[in-house]
Formats: sequence, structure tokens, C-alpha cells
Amino acid sequence: MSEEILKDVIVGENEDYIINMGPQHPSTHGVLRFEVCLKGETVKYLIPHIGYIHRGIEKMCEANTYQQLIHLTDRMDYLSAHMNNEAVCLCVEDALQVEVPERVKYIRTILDELNRLASHQLWWCAFGMDLGALTSFFYGLRDREHILDIFEESFGSRLLHSFVTPGGLMHDVHPNFQKRVKEFITYFRKKLPEYDQLLTGNIIFQNRVKDIGYMSRETAISYGVTGPSGRGSGYSCDVRKIAPYGAYDKVQFNEILETGGDTFARYKVRVAEMWESMNIIEQLIDNIPEGDFTAKMKPIIKLPPGEYFRRVETARGELAVYVVSDGNKTPYRMKFRTPNFSNLFVMNTLTAGHKIADMIAISGSLDLVIPDIDR
Amino acid sequence: MLNRQELTDIIRAFEPETEFPEGTQLLEAIVPAEKLFALVEKLTSDTKTAFNYLISLTAVDFTTHMTVVYHLDSTEFRHLIVLKSLLSDRENPKTDSLTALYATAEFFEREVFDLFGIRFNNHPNLKRLFLEDDYGYPLRKDFRDEVNIIER
Amino acid sequence: MSSNIYDFSTLTGSIHASLSGMMSSGWVTFTELVLVGLIFLTFYALIGLFLVYLERKVCAIMQNRIGPNRVGKWGIIQTIADLIKLLLKELIPIRKSDKLLFNLAPFIVIVTTFLGLAILPFAKGLQAIDFNIGVFYVMAVSSLGVVGILLAGWSSNSKYSLIGAIRSGAQIVSYELSVGLSLLAIVVFSGTMQLSGIVESQADGWWIFKGHIPAFISFVIFLVASTAEINRGPFDLAEAESELTAGFHTEYSGIKFAFFFLAEYMNMFIVAALGATLFLGGWMPFHIGNWEGFNHIMNFIPSAVWFISKTFFIILIIMWFKWTFPRLRIDQLLTLEWKYLLPISLFNIVLIAFIVLMGWHF
Repeated sequence: MSEEILKDVIVGENEDYIINMGPQHPSTHGVLRFEVCLKGETVKYLIPHIGYIHRGIEKMCEANTYQQLIHLTDRMDYLSAHMNNEAVCLCVEDALQVEVPERVKYIRTILDELNRLASHQLWWCAFGMDLGALTSFFYGLRDREHILDIFEESFGSRLLHSFVTPGGLMHDVHPNFQKRVKEFITYFRKKLPEYDQLLTGNIIFQNRVKDIGYMSRETAISYGVTGPSGRGSGYSCDVRKIAPYGAYDKVQFNEILETGGDTFARYKVRVAEMWESMNIIEQLIDNIPEGDFTAKMKPIIKLPPGEYFRRVETARGELAVYVVSDGNKTPYRMKFRTPNFSNLFVMNTLTAGHKIADMIAISGSLDLVIPDIDR
Repeated sequence: MLNRQELTDIIRAFEPETEFPEGTQLLEAIVPAEKLFALVEKLTSDTKTAFNYLISLTAVDFTTHMTVVYHLDSTEFRHLIVLKSLLSDRENPKTDSLTALYATAEFFEREVFDLFGIRFNNHPNLKRLFLEDDYGYPLRKDFRDEVNIIER
Repeated sequence: MSSNIYDFSTLTGSIHASLSGMMSSGWVTFTELVLVGLIFLTFYALIGLFLVYLERKVCAIMQNRIGPNRVGKWGIIQTIADLIKLLLKELIPIRKSDKLLFNLAPFIVIVTTFLGLAILPFAKGLQAIDFNIGVFYVMAVSSLGVVGILLAGWSSNSKYSLIGAIRSGAQIVSYELSVGLSLLAIVVFSGTMQLSGIVESQADGWWIFKGHIPAFISFVIFLVASTAEINRGPFDLAEAESELTAGFHTEYSGIKFAFFFLAEYMNMFIVAALGATLFLGGWMPFHIGNWEGFNHIMNFIPSAVWFISKTFFIILIIMWFKWTFPRLRIDQLLTLEWKYLLPISLFNIVLIAFIVLMGWHF
């Protein structure tokens, strides 16, 4: 970073000038710096600079036991914290060849989908706010509070719960859990059409997002863009279908694909995924089997020497965990392949030729969470 | 979708010098560093394997040598393999860049350079990604930082 | 029909008569000017404060929350507290800015809104200046506001302010055409530009009803174009927080920023009052043609109440726009004006002229 001095304005030969959208900015949703080269209002190229929130999680994992490092994974993509935790747990359970009880699988899947709903709600409200529809922020947050209340009652924490542990769950869910989730689904089914009324059908909104930031399927695969951003370009990349885990093989759900490839397609994919999440929860919530909330595990977990790999579908894409173990109680090397890292660097290709205002819309539609990029 | 044995045969046909360790979770192939780019190019262009998706590119520091690990997947067939290349030069480790084949490799390789110090030939923009220029290579096992890291 | 509406000219006439008895005519004029100036200053300040409070409350209700409710009962002293805070802030001087123009710009903006206030008919007989070119005067005066904005952006010596100011300037100059044409529609209907004359002509019904379809089209165009004129609502790209800059008033702090802020709300009031006067009848109560009994009952509600309620109705609609819609991009904004609103307005004017010649309005 030392040679990159923050440039305020540099007037080039052909009237290009470089503007900084600095690390603190209301629209970049985290500490991310964009160096934008503009010609008039049009973006010529864009360079993201990251590392402002690099905490060395991978190095820290080498000094923590497997149960301890679950708490570090929460902090990567904090909006899909449960999926991050589950990725590590699944990797460890695969390595030890432990079979978790059915109850655990059902509850983990329900939590996955609740977390995905909460994450998409926050994405929607921030996306509307970036484009200027300030009321959408409050609609999304009003409904998200219900989910966070459910989390708080069962797990003690609203956002970063670290509820799963290798072998199962930390403790059983609250007796009210089932009832409250069912009430929430009934409530939210009535509220989600309001989101469409406020934003999706609005002509001003559609003009801001249609045909902006087109990403072809080949670009998505080449850049490794997964999740709803990739599915908006017709790239079928849902890990829940490719390599099912938890209770995903027991439920019927559709993988939402749109072929538009522009910002509006990515938007529609995420809104449709909110409906699908509610369908999945509804199929599971009444059928949670009784049983233990954890398998029998030794207190100190040591993975057999070797390398293990596991992937899950977070709200933003494919998270892969790669563990190298040498038989000790801490991993030798732990690598997290995070979805936002790949999603970010496609911004230059998508934004070139558009205006500054479109850049905000595109980065909002890619749904970036910066701590996931930096780790 | 090709199974493990078929993939092993195909890779051995493309590059005879690969070694295949036994008893691993996924199919692993250890390739000499100079032959890696040619092998990956064949794997991406061949229609039976079609490895067009680079999931992850990372490195591991075993104290005598460093390994660069590539996880490759095919979006069509969904068969997953792991390629590795061993680099024994710790002073100046170099290997080929895969940026010409996968656009995402550019940034994974910048991260590996930042954290391990491994240089990639033919990389369009090999600069550090997260850390300052004079920080050292933190994920190496012999990295010491008396100020920020407490060792037990 | 408007016989039993209280006429304020009796009050102003009696004040004039008593002053003339006390001093010579030159001094009478001077005293009246001072009185009117003081009343308007107070009115300006009060309305400005109230509008800021109203905006916060309306915005809160639309967003499912409460808004200010701690400072004073229902939070009504909130704006005064904000004003005191703004007055106490440090006025940060900008290096290498043009000091004279930098300090002049907020005053230009405030003065133009004052000039605009002067023409409004608040109640029967209660109007500061009653030109026979009233509408023309309002258009001319509101155009002066652009000068203030451009000066503010240019003299700040910052590229970001300049970009914001140029965008604002382009937007305002473009939308003035549509505002002018929609006001012109009512001038054609009523045959006079004098604002009191326009209100009198609505004694048998408001122009939005009498002029049916073309007047309604004009009203809609007027609402859209005047929201763009005052840099509000879905047209506030130049000063949006989530874009790159805060627009032309980035570099202003303290009381100078308060001037821009206040001027924006007063512009909203003037635009709403103008719409209420021309389209919704101003202080004229809701009359239906020749229904004498009904009109007589309507006249019992004071004319000032009619005027204020119509103005605030339009203000609420303008606020509703801002909190519902996303923002338009600058090129979409200008496309809307030049490719859609302007042709529709021109066609509308021709249509209205034809209708007036044929006598096809009520």
C-alpha cells in the first residue's frame, strides 16, 4: 500500500481524471477503496484496493483448535455467519467420518435458510437505499428484526451465533423455536409482495438497473462468480444441488436462474430466492425429528493427517474450506475460498463504459461484504 | 462425469510425470512445476474433462518445501480434482501463472504472492494485495513478528 | 358568490388610514415597508422551521418509525435546537476560494426565495405585491436561484462541488421550460397573469376541474417539473449522500449551509403555493358552478385556511415523492425533460388555446 498515495484529482492527457471512492463511503458497504478513472461521467476502468480489514484469520486458525476457530469463521461473512460455521463443521465431520443425528441436519438447514433470508433482506434494503429509495431500508430491517429475535431467543446472539460445533449443535434449540419460525413465515409471506410493490415494478428503478452491468456466463465462470450473482447470468452453480449437505436432499426447491445477466436479473434472483427459502423452511419446520443434538465427540478433536475439502452455499456464493492436517489438535493450514473475493474482481469488467451512478447499482447487485474478501 | 480411475488415466496420458498419492479424499495429482501450465491447458481444452472453473488457488508451507494447490472443477461434469506442484526453492520460489486460462487466477496468485512470497511468471500485475510492501510473508512457518504475534 | 369571504383589504386599508393620519405619506410608505418586511421575515423563519420538522415527521411515518419526539412535546423544538447548533458551528474558510462569491452565493439563493414569497396571495386581500405580470415575475425571480447555485459550486474551488453545481444548473435550467409552460396553461385559461385575477376567475370552480383534461395534464407536469426545479425528490442526484459528492454546498458550514437548507424548503413552499394558487384556486373556497347555497356554506371557512391547506396538500405530495422513489440518473433526468415533458407541454398549450377559443371548458 505504501506506493499508492491517495490521489485526489489527476488530469491526464485525454481529460481522464481519477477519483477515489475511499475506504469510508456510505455505499461500498464496508472498507473498500475504488480507484475510478473517469472520462466525463463515464467510467473507463476501476481498480479495487482491499486489505483494510485483513485480520489474518487463516494464520489465526493455525493456532486455534477446531472448536475455537468456528468463532473466527463467523467474522468473515457476517451476514451468512451460520453457513461459514457449518462449512468448517462439515469438513471436520467428513474427516472424522462422524454421522450427525437427523435432528441436527434438519435444524442446521433451517438455520441456513433463515440466515439466507436475513442476509437477502439486508441486501434488498441497502440496495434500495443506495439507489435513493430511502424507505426500502426500513421495510427490510423491520422484517429482519423478527428473524434476529428468533436467533436471540435460541442462541443468545443476533448476528454471530456460532451455534454449530463439529458433531452437532452446542445445545438444543429453545422450545419456542418451531412456533416462532412458523409465525414468522406466515407474517413474511404477506410482507414480501410489498417489496415488489415498492421497488421491482417502479419504472425509475427499472431504468436504473436494466441493461446495466451485463455479465455473460463465460465471464462468470472465468472469474469464479458464484451465488445469486452468477445465477443471474444463467450459470447454474448452487452447491445445494451439486453436493447436497444437511437436509437439502430431502426437500424440493428450485434453483433460480435468470438469463438476463444484468443488474435487474441478479436482483430478481435474490428476491425469488427469498420465496424459495420460505418454501424450504416450511417443508422442514414441522418434521424436525427428535433425537440428540450432537453426536458423541471427543473433547479434543484431532483430524487424521491429510487434506480435506468441503463446500457450502452461503448467501453470496460458494464458500470452500480446505484443511491440511498433520494430526495435531490445530490445523496445519486452513484456507477459506470465499465467494466475495471472486465476486469483487469482476467489477472492472462490468462497470467499464457505464456512468458513476451505475457503479453504485452494480456493486450493490453483487452484494459484497468486505470482511469476506480480506479475511 | 468421469470417475477417479478414468481421470487418473487421462492425466497420466497428458503428463506422464505426475504422481498420485493414495488414500486422499479427492483425486490429487502432484505435477512438476514446469509442466503444470501445459497440463492445465490440456485439461481445460479437452472436451471430456472440461475443467473450466478454478475453485481455489492457494499454497501450503511445509518447512522443507512449499506446495501450490489448485482445486479445479468442471461446470459441465462436476468432477473435482486437486493439482499440486512442489517448490523446493525457498529463497525465490517461482511457478507459472494461470491467468491466461482463468481470470480469477490473477487475484488468487496475488494473494499467494502476498502471503507466501511465491512469484508467478507471466502474471499481468503481480503486486501485493492486503499488506504493505515491506511486511514479509506471514503465512510461512518461519515468519516471526515480535510486535504483533505472541507465540506460546 | 364570494361576498361573505372576509376581505383583508379592509384591515390593510384601516392600517394605512391610521398611519396616514399620524405622519406624512413618505414616512407612511416607509413604515409600511418596514412592517411588511418584518412580517415576512418572521413568516419565513417560522415556515422554514415548521417545514423542516414536518419533513422529518412525514418521512418517519412513511418509514414506520416515529421521528423526533424528545425535544419538546412531540419534538416541535427539535428544529430550533438544530438551528442553534448550526449557528454555533465554525465557519470553515476555504483556501484559494473566491471569498466574495463564496460568501455571496447563499445570500443570492435566500434573496430570490424572498422575492418569490412576495407575490403569493395568502388570503383575500392579503398579498404583498399584486403585479399585473405576476406569473411572469415569479418565473423570472426563480431563475435567479440558478446563479446562486452555480456561484456556490464554482467559488468553492473543489472539483466535486463544481460537478454538482453544473449538474444542478443543467437540471434547473431544463425544467424551467416545463414549469413555465404549465403555468402558461392556466394563464391562457384565465386570460390574465395577475395572480389575484387568476384566483378571482376560479370563483365558480378551480381550474383543475374547470379545465378538465388539459389542466390536469398541466398540473401533473407542474408537479414533476417543480420537484426537479427545487432539487428534491427523485431528482436530487446533485446532492445525494450515496453518490460521490454532496453537491454544490459541500464546502459550506454553519449559517451559510443553513441558508441553502432553508432556501430549499422555502422554494418548496413557494412552488406548492403557486400550484395551489393557479390550479387549486388559491384562497378561493371549493365552489361548484352556480350552486349558491353550497358555495355560501363553503365561504364560512376562512380563505387563509383554504390557502394553507391546499399548499400543504401539495407539499405532502412532494414529500411523498422523495421518500418513495429511487433517484434518477442525470442523463435519465434530462431525457425525461427534453424528450417527454417538453413535447407534451407544447402540445398541451396548443390544445388549451384551441379549447379556450372554442369555449369547451367550464
